Amino acid sequence: MARIIVVTSGKGGVGKTTTSAAIAMGLAKKGHKTAVIDFDVGLRNLDLIMGCERRVVYDFINVINGEATLNQALIRDKNCNQLYILPASQTRDKDALSQEGVGKILEDLAKDFKYIVCDSPAGIEKGAHLAMYYADDAFVVTNPEVSSVRDSDRMLGILSSKSRRAEQNQEPIKEYLLLTRYSPERVKLGEMLSVDDVQEILSLHLLGVIPESKSVLNASNSGLPVILDEKSDAGQAYIDIVARYLGEDRPHRFIDDKKGFFGKLFNRSK
Amino acid sequence: MSTDSKKTPYNPPVLEFKSSTFSVPVLVLTSNDLTLIDEQLQAKIQLAPEFFKNSPLILDLQELNKQSIDFEVEQLIGLIRNLGLLPVGVRGGNVQQNTQAVGLGLPVYSITSSAGLIESQKQKTIQPYPVVETSKESIGSENSSTTLITQPIRSGQRIYASGDLVVLAQVSAGAEIMAEGNIHVYSVLRGRALAGVQGNLEARIFCSDLQAELVSIAGTYKISEDLDETVRNKPVQVYLQNDNLIIKDIL
Repeated sequence: MARIIVVTSGKGGVGKTTTSAAIAMGLAKKGHKTAVIDFDVGLRNLDLIMGCERRVVYDFINVINGEATLNQALIRDKNCNQLYILPASQTRDKDALSQEGVGKILEDLAKDFKYIVCDSPAGIEKGAHLAMYYADDAFVVTNPEVSSVRDSDRMLGILSSKSRRAEQNQEPIKEYLLLTRYSPERVKLGEMLSVDDVQEILSLHLLGVIPESKSVLNASNSGLPVILDEKSDAGQAYIDIVARYLGEDRPHRFIDDKKGFFGKLFNRSK
Repeated sequence: MSTDSKKTPYNPPVLEFKSSTFSVPVLVLTSNDLTLIDEQLQAKIQLAPEFFKNSPLILDLQELNKQSIDFEVEQLIGLIRNLGLLPVGVRGGNVQQNTQAVGLGLPVYSITSSAGLIESQKQKTIQPYPVVETSKESIGSENSSTTLITQPIRSGQRIYASGDLVVLAQVSAGAEIMAEGNIHVYSVLRGRALAGVQGNLEARIFCSDLQAELVSIAGTYKISEDLDETVRNKPVQVYLQNDNLIIKDIL
């Protein structure tokens, strides 16, 4: 049985696409056949982050409209042969998505793939709604600041009431918190919400903290998911997150600004 | 890649339900003398004929019933219609009158709490909710018993309970919980809580950590800014005493 993971946040610019790319790559590197779908129709980005923008022929909307088969549209990743990307259409908008169309594609993918990662667009409108509708697990990406936390809270409400699982009275979507762009130094100075502050408001299972890191921007610009940069703090944080999601017990890192081993590591990579 | 993409068969929705609030004049009657009503109503209409022309109107029967005055709903409605007004509902009627009203195609509205009306100049009040909205979570509470919620109520979610409401998880900022009876929140209350929304002045709100954006009993409310610092982040109860909203620790 395939697991459908939605990476969502409500707010824009918090790191959904970076996270989707990293998580999908992480799962694939662990040997699980994984597909990652860009739901941001009209503002296609995932292909850039995954470094496959020059190989896009058909897209998600083409498949929904029956103009291409799923196999024609799926792009195999260069770095990992277990990973496939389904890009969004850049020339259309969210109205081109339909619930039945999305459902059909996910159903077809589920026959062949172990994990399906849905990269949600920002907002709570049609694109975001369809990205989360069929999900089994939700990765809620949040920045440590109040507006992002509130938007995440709103999204959690939608996940628990408007998803297929909610509508069919099945077991609810499993929700996980990913705190991104975290800077322990700024937390210390009181400029940023701490992990505890965010947890107090959202009371959610924390899957991991991804530190604010130059490596994320570098990775985006070079079209390689940051998880492949195993020396970087952010890359390691994502490796931990994938491991935890798959059931491994790993201690949380990058939360404190300690001058211990990880503290040094954190500073070195700056 | 073909660019003239075929449209998938897709039936766009041709209707949707929206909720909005209108301000409608309410006609309060204190006599069943049709001639007198006709005369005085005409005089009022003469003062502003354009305003009253085809104006919607809600008929308030509360005073008539209080004084046990006998009357026929159909006659009153007929009289009002003859004067060019458009009755759109009644309130404050008894069961028989309400049945008559519905028979005439007029909806029945619930009565505004009289205390709220008298105090409306001194206190900030919210009109009681005229429409009962049943949220998914409160489907099981059709018999005005207690609605129990164990999941967190997230920002943007609304819960309406026709009886008491008990919440065992947090209520986030931006969420709204409403009950016709009491509200109990055994966790942090950060959103809005409105108890006694149909005018029950005896309703109370209890919570174990008050950080609410707004608390209201039967329409009398306080916003976060007006909360006393001594009750913030504390286990408190909220109730009405002589039309004043009292917030006090539970113990």
